[in-house]
Amino acid sequence: MGKLAALIETKLQSALAPITLEVIDDSASHAGHVGNPGGDRESHFHVNIVSEAFTGQSRVSRQRMVNKALAEELKGPIHALSMTTRAPDEA
Amino acid sequence: MSDSPVSERIKEYVTRDDVVLFMKGTPIFPQCGFSSVVAQVLQHIGKDFESYNVLEDPELREGIKEYSDWPTIPQLYVRGEFVGGCDIVREMFESGELQQLIAGTE
Repeated sequence: MGKLAALIETKLQSALAPITLEVIDDSASHAGHVGNPGGDRESHFHVNIVSEAFTGQSRVSRQRMVNKALAEELKGPIHALSMTTRAPDEA
Repeated sequence: MSDSPVSERIKEYVTRDDVVLFMKGTPIFPQCGFSSVVAQVLQHIGKDFESYNVLEDPELREGIKEYSDWPTIPQLYVRGEFVGGCDIVREMFESGELQQLIAGTE
């Protein structure tokens, strides 16, 4: 796992105490894209998260929680982040 | 949220039309995969929507992020309310919620 992926994992672990957390580095499939010209930079990610913190929360507030935890990285190195957010009873 | 002119302009955009998409590029020439997905979903649903290309308007591109407190593009609004970005639109489309919301039967 790359340095940025590891950092994303650490930050989400501490912010959301997830039951399941999967960080997928999708950067290679975006080679040539403006945010990742050579395809060798960590830039595009997908995260799958199951957390008790999402119970009773709307989709928008769940994503806001994730965005908040990664606010610093979203300003810089993360070019694109997609996510699947589930509460334990939806998993 | 500030009272800058751009937020006034955004407010006008999202209330003037029922379904409003802020995207990179246009529905015919999307310039980002995420924007493309949302435009395709809306076209598939078949209800008229208005779209604004943030790449042609740096002030709008920054302003919309602040307006919705949402860090990314695309952003979908239905009847003045922020709905979400690509993941949310896709999930709501797959579950049928988006069609209901847009049809106003929710």
